[in-house]
Amino acid sequence: MPILGFILRRLFYAILVLLGLSMVIFVIARIMPGDPARMAVGMQAPQWVVDRLREQMHLNQSLPVQYFYWLRDAMHGDFGLSLVTQRPVMSDIIEFFPASLELVLCAGLLAAAGGIGLGVLSARHKDTWIDSAVRVFSYTGVVTPSFVFAILFVLLFGWILHAFPVIGRLSERFTPPHVVTGLMTIDTLLAGRLDEFVDALHHLILPALALAMGSIAQESRITRSSMADNLGKDYITSARALGISERVVMGRFLLKPSLIPTVSILGLDIASLFSIAFLVELIFNWPGLARYGLSAMLHKDLNAISAVILVLGAVFAFVNIAVDLIVAALDPRIRLHATRSA
Amino acid sequence: MSEIEVTARRIRELERAFRRENLGRSWYKFSRNPLSVVGLVLVVTVILLAVFAPYVTPFPKHAGAFTDFRHAKTPPGVMYLFGTDQIGRDILTRIVFGLRSSLLMAVLVLAIVVPPGVFLGLLAGYFRGTWVDVVIMRVTDIFLAVPPLILALAVASVLQPNLWNGMLAVSLMWWPWYTRLVYGLSSQLRNEYFVAAAEVNGVSLWHVLFREILPNTVSSVLTKMSLDVAWVIIIGSMLSFVGLGVQPPEPSLGSMVADGARYLPDQWWIAVFPSLAIVVVVMGFNLLGDGIRDMFASEQV
Amino acid sequence: MTEATLLDVRNLSVHFSVYGGVLKVLDGMALSVRRGEKVGLVGETGCGKTTTMKAILRVLPATARTPDGEIVFLGRDILTLGPRDLSQIRGPGISMIFQDPTAALNPVFTVGEQLEAVIAHSASAAGQALPRREAYQRAVTSLQEVALADPQRLLKSYPVQLSGGMRQRVSIGMALATGPNLLIADEPGTSLDVTIQDQILRLIQSLVNEKHTSVILITHTLGVVRELTDRVYVMYAGSVVETARTPKLFAQPSHPYTQGLLKTVPRLTGGGIASGIPGRIPDYLHPPSGCRFHPRCPHAMDICKIQKPSFSKIDDEHEVACFLYSEKGKDRREP
Repeated sequence: MPILGFILRRLFYAILVLLGLSMVIFVIARIMPGDPARMAVGMQAPQWVVDRLREQMHLNQSLPVQYFYWLRDAMHGDFGLSLVTQRPVMSDIIEFFPASLELVLCAGLLAAAGGIGLGVLSARHKDTWIDSAVRVFSYTGVVTPSFVFAILFVLLFGWILHAFPVIGRLSERFTPPHVVTGLMTIDTLLAGRLDEFVDALHHLILPALALAMGSIAQESRITRSSMADNLGKDYITSARALGISERVVMGRFLLKPSLIPTVSILGLDIASLFSIAFLVELIFNWPGLARYGLSAMLHKDLNAISAVILVLGAVFAFVNIAVDLIVAALDPRIRLHATRSA
Repeated sequence: MSEIEVTARRIRELERAFRRENLGRSWYKFSRNPLSVVGLVLVVTVILLAVFAPYVTPFPKHAGAFTDFRHAKTPPGVMYLFGTDQIGRDILTRIVFGLRSSLLMAVLVLAIVVPPGVFLGLLAGYFRGTWVDVVIMRVTDIFLAVPPLILALAVASVLQPNLWNGMLAVSLMWWPWYTRLVYGLSSQLRNEYFVAAAEVNGVSLWHVLFREILPNTVSSVLTKMSLDVAWVIIIGSMLSFVGLGVQPPEPSLGSMVADGARYLPDQWWIAVFPSLAIVVVVMGFNLLGDGIRDMFASEQV
Repeated sequence: MTEATLLDVRNLSVHFSVYGGVLKVLDGMALSVRRGEKVGLVGETGCGKTTTMKAILRVLPATARTPDGEIVFLGRDILTLGPRDLSQIRGPGISMIFQDPTAALNPVFTVGEQLEAVIAHSASAAGQALPRREAYQRAVTSLQEVALADPQRLLKSYPVQLSGGMRQRVSIGMALATGPNLLIADEPGTSLDVTIQDQILRLIQSLVNEKHTSVILITHTLGVVRELTDRVYVMYAGSVVETARTPKLFAQPSHPYTQGLLKTVPRLTGGGIASGIPGRIPDYLHPPSGCRFHPRCPHAMDICKIQKPSFSKIDDEHEVACFLYSEKGKDRREP
């Protein structure tokens, strides 16, 4: 089945890239001035402890050997201890990753629904006031960074209108539910506590929307321009000329080919949402991976930094593969030539 | 005058007329959308403000080490048009100086990134299918595989936080996009007849790359560059938001927003005006970039 | 206009707005088609043939304007119709085969999906409700009619999986599936190699004869016109310069342009490679005044530069738009 080959090849390729990435990170981390062993045990510890640790960490051996040991440990999920939290980095990641995932997933959904919806609306009413309004909105959305939206939302919806909470994932009066997926909304639903579910949703919407605004704007622009481009294509003229109603032409025969670039960009956007999330997480005090990674970077917590970069890189790679699959599903030309792809 | 000289002069005249016609047509295409002209005006204004910052701002000293606690947290008014921040510095002045460093960063990043990125793309596209292509594009892919912002943050955090390292970090994440763009164009163009013609004539590799293929990529690259200025400004502001760009007391738009976030909602102006400034500048460059793209687009009947 | 007139295009003008002004592509274009008739429309590339057809079906791009003219089909002016009436004409009334079948088929939908959509819409335009199975059956039949083997498999395939010839047949099948009164065939088969093009033309001919469909056959190849049409219109730079019954046109080409065209056809016996017509088609931005052909015409007179000639009747159904055949030019005419 050519699809299987397609997936396997992309996977193999992604792993290759991740390996390269890990090498780059490793080299950067080791270039840093300072002794990682000394930093791990602190300034007070006696030298022999430091030397011992250096032995253990293989710091006296050549760089490739160090890399090999580091990689081996990483494959087992052992990234060492975090300088900041003094816990295994892996458990930090397991704790913080789902929060970011929830934020990004929700933002992704909003981006897809909002972006495509607005784009179609804009194209359907091309050159009317609806079109102009959407285009102005999406233009502003693309040029405004997420953190500006975050601030505006906090100001507007949080403080002025008092409509939404602006801190954290769950109000203080609730106790968090048993962790199943780590996604607060799902977990509260699974635990059957509807009031908590609504509260979690309430907390989720504003940061997710702030994060998604740029993407919503971008997707709507691309959808609209893609539809506008394809509008002039012969197959649309032909469909019209053969009597197919405008509604069906626009809604079906124009939409599907036009969605292809949108989905590609949407995928890229969602993949990069993880990294942009840190600003939003900061403003909304959202306990996610991006914020954790950021604090690691500010404190030069090398173990944590490497782990976060790798995790984010892996997520990025896999989202890209997923997007490629969806695009292949939409566009038979790609699917059928999958065997010939480089 | 000899015949050759007459002909040469006629050719030059024709070229000049042709260029004028082209310019006219380019301006027509650019100005057809009034928003592009708005973008152009905005960009020119911003550039002028940034260049002449010390002369046009009301309180140039506020852009440096300056404190005035008596006037701290003043709301927008006649004297301080955008109000003052928590140390008493005029926000308007600081915004203009912040624009200065944003623009500087954008220009320098692009200056660093575009030549090597384009060059690598040309090479890889021309030698498509050979090891040159493979090596260059795989390295590019590695850099592209990293969530862009993460790479910039990682590099910026490993090094000393200042403007130059911030620029270095952003440059590292930026160059692959140009390589990829030019790679696509170059590998298409190398199959065109004019390239084959040049090769048959025995010209050097450099001639083919720079005088045949490169000129045909200029329109795409220029369009991307103008849109990229906007993006670099955004990324730069994100970096300085977390403290990894220009260091205090020098102002930068991102750090001003970060500072101001703490004083929401009462002293809202400290965060809101720098935010708006970012939006306006970025919008201006985006509109300009769109106009440039329209200018290069071919018309269809 | 006789009772059997199906389509009557009168005095049609089409303008496009572009950089530098207005492209006045069509100027006073006129043609008509009767029931069961096969009409050829000949002219060089860029003379406005496709534009005329797109104007008829009202599928011109947004930059186009129709400042003048009428297109009367079955008694109604197409240019004045609203969307609902238009959808009844497109398909069941007038149908079209596009020049490039690859571009005319939607790449992300199967042949079946597109064919069935066309069939379903022409059925609903006629007020019928059509269940899926029946639409599917009709699709199969359409493909069989255009001599495509294994129609069931084809219906599930995507255009990218078909050869150029198959795509052309599919697009013919689609156009005919609506059961049109009038079929417009825009240079069918020109993107394919000559032997396949010949098959395609024969196919169109037999289908059209079988169903008594009228045809407007657009082409720049004179040989095709000679074999397949009853009447011909010769078009130059946005309007018709000569029209006649096909055998008559070839026997007695009257307009200087038509004469030039016929001379350019290379002959295998005696003559060898012929001379072309000097000059090129005019710039539609600044078209020549008067008769648009006058800059290239070997017989151009002063009046040709000032006034546009109206049709002079040479014979039954043979008309020429040329001052040589009006009173003024009588003495200049060649025997």
